[in-house]
Amino acid sequence: MPVTHKTLVKSKQGSNAQSQQKPLAAKTAKVVSKKKDEDDGTEIGEGGDEWMHGKTLIKPPDQLDLTEAELKEEFTRILTANNPHAPQNIVRYSFKERSYKPISSVDQLAVHFFLEGNLLHRDSDEARRQKAKQGLPDEKATVVTETEDEKLETPGGGEDGAHSVDSKTGKKEQKLTNQFNFSERASQTLNNPLRERGCQTEPPPRASFSATANQWEIYDVYLEEMQKQEKNKEKAKAVPKKEDDKGKKKLTLVETQSDDLTKVAKVAKIIERMVNQNTFDDIAQDFRYFEDASDEFREQEGTLLPLWKFQYDQAKRLSVTALCWNQSYKDLFAVGLGSYDFTKQGRGMLVFYSLKNSTYPEYNYPTTSGILCLDIHPDRPYLVAVGFYDGCVAVYNLKEERPEPVYKSSSKSGKHTDPVWQVRWQKDDMDNHQNFFSVSSDGRVVSWTLVKSELVFTDIIKLSLVGAVSEGPEGVPPPTMACGTSFDFHKQINYLFLVGTEEGKIHKCSKAYSSQFLETYDAHNMAVDAVKWNQFHPKVFISCSSDWTVKIWDHTIRTPVFIFDLNAAVGDVAWSPYSSTVFAAVTADGKVHVFDLGINKYEAICQQPVVAKKKTKLTHIEFNPVYPIIIVGDDRGYVTSLKLSPNLRSKPKEKKGQELPRGPEVEIAKMEKLLSLLREPENSKGRTESWCQTDYGPQALDFRR
Amino acid sequence: MAEVEETLKRIQTHEGVIGTIVVNAEGIPIRTTLDNSTTVQYAGLLHQLTMKARSTVRDIDPQNDLTFLRIRSKKHEIMVAPDKEYMLIVIQNPSE
Repeated sequence: MPVTHKTLVKSKQGSNAQSQQKPLAAKTAKVVSKKKDEDDGTEIGEGGDEWMHGKTLIKPPDQLDLTEAELKEEFTRILTANNPHAPQNIVRYSFKERSYKPISSVDQLAVHFFLEGNLLHRDSDEARRQKAKQGLPDEKATVVTETEDEKLETPGGGEDGAHSVDSKTGKKEQKLTNQFNFSERASQTLNNPLRERGCQTEPPPRASFSATANQWEIYDVYLEEMQKQEKNKEKAKAVPKKEDDKGKKKLTLVETQSDDLTKVAKVAKIIERMVNQNTFDDIAQDFRYFEDASDEFREQEGTLLPLWKFQYDQAKRLSVTALCWNQSYKDLFAVGLGSYDFTKQGRGMLVFYSLKNSTYPEYNYPTTSGILCLDIHPDRPYLVAVGFYDGCVAVYNLKEERPEPVYKSSSKSGKHTDPVWQVRWQKDDMDNHQNFFSVSSDGRVVSWTLVKSELVFTDIIKLSLVGAVSEGPEGVPPPTMACGTSFDFHKQINYLFLVGTEEGKIHKCSKAYSSQFLETYDAHNMAVDAVKWNQFHPKVFISCSSDWTVKIWDHTIRTPVFIFDLNAAVGDVAWSPYSSTVFAAVTADGKVHVFDLGINKYEAICQQPVVAKKKTKLTHIEFNPVYPIIIVGDDRGYVTSLKLSPNLRSKPKEKKGQELPRGPEVEIAKMEKLLSLLREPENSKGRTESWCQTDYGPQALDFRR
Repeated sequence: MAEVEETLKRIQTHEGVIGTIVVNAEGIPIRTTLDNSTTVQYAGLLHQLTMKARSTVRDIDPQNDLTFLRIRSKKHEIMVAPDKEYMLIVIQNPSE
């Protein structure tokens, strides 16, 4: 209605209407023109409507009054594409012309509707970026997401819009290669599947080895090399080559290592000695270092310090029948065990002890018959000659392992028919065979030679009775053989020896004469138990017997030089190796008597019981060649070692300013001096007289010729 | 063989002996009278000491060799006698 109203108004006031209609669009002009006609029509047509009744044409007061002619004037309206609102006279300042110039063409575009869309072109950068982000390929339909960057036209100007469209289309074909979307192109050939192939050999046997290179190891290796070379040389010389190879093969077979304990033997022995040394530590110290200081206060007397005591379990009921020191190994001595008792004859034993081990013997050999005497070879310390109660003699070799002797005499090979009382080694004979002598109760002195594996005997002398031959009852011829009980060889004169007999006589004999004695001494009333040459003086010897006496002789004089009565049966007597005037004797009452003729010609300088039980008889005594000790054997099978105190070992006092002479000459001179003292009165008096002195009891002078 | 056994037995029964161990060349105890742990300890330690002592002696003079080794302590005495293949250890209480 209002539209019609306007048009009505406009149509009537044409000029006013025209000016007012300018801002309106061209459509309105058209409509106006139509409406005008229609209006006229309707108005005319509807002049009779009731609602039209309401309205009567009222003329506004300010309406133009136009003439009819003017009212019928036709006005033409043109429809153009021009934007009626677009300015038609935009002027721009031109700096060139320094004036305002009108712009020729004016933008006629009028935006009626603007809607921001969210579609992206598929090939645009942004779209591609999005696709790449989402991981979709370019061919697929794009999933469009809203982007903030995308701007379409701005309402003010169309330039930006045109520009963006242009950019999109221009960059479809190029690809940017920067760090964000760099893509590498590569191609790969077909790789064959890999297969691993390997093989492994057996690892070589490994052993870890470690060693040190010291001076001594190098030395050892050199020594071994030298020994090997020497062996090879010997083999090359002795044996031809073929046998050599076989021999070598045999050796390699035999040399299998055995883990047995026999190799511990040597070490075990050392340990045993060490253990013993610890237990008997004080004894060992005494043996070495103790010197009885109280000897200074005793004028001439000395004492014996008991040291080790040697006993062997299996030898308990046997008595010591022989003692001998080893000349090479000064701590080794041999003990022969048997029995002196005629009724109690059984087994015997040969035992070797070392001072280093007093609890157990070094060697021991059980024997079937009791041993009565033994002797160790002076040059070959492993050879021991033994005489038995049953008359056999045997030689033991300590180096060999077996318990039997290497040589033994038998009834075929001339063994004695009675007990063998003494054996002595001699020097090797001309064929370099060892030989020894034996004396026995059957009256023969026999020499035995070790020839290869046999004992060869030679009768040296047969002891015959000297003196009146008394006829026995019924005219039985008296026995012509004496019984030898002891003998001793002269130290320097090899062929000279003494034999003591059961009758109490001592015969001086020579190896050369087999039937005659050089000299006979009426020595004792009973059997001569021991006869021994002096170690230094060539003329003096000593003898002892069960008739309680010990006698010292000069072999040129038929009567004894000294006689000592010891109040008990004397078992054994021995000269000392360090002095020509010192000797010791053992008696059946368990005492040891030590005499030094240089100090006291009449009495012993030491008399000492050495065994605990009174009934024990001492049977043998021996001085150690080096150390100041003596060993004493008794009839219970014990061997006691004793140390001689300094007084017993006294040397002649040195004169001031003179060097003390040493050596055997001194000893000889000492003895000679003694003897000369005795001889002078004899010479002066013109008849033989001998010095004698007893310790106890009635005097017994000896006037025998 | 029996002799060695006998000797070892005598040592073991000797007065004051606490224990004996026989050790072979590698330091492994072969025979012992003590308990296992003590034995192993003694064997290991003394083996090394003996080697060292022997090395010392021979370094000074290669012709010399160690005979035995004694270690005296407050409580007892350890004696070691080495050999080429074996070594014997004895622990003893000395008589004092």
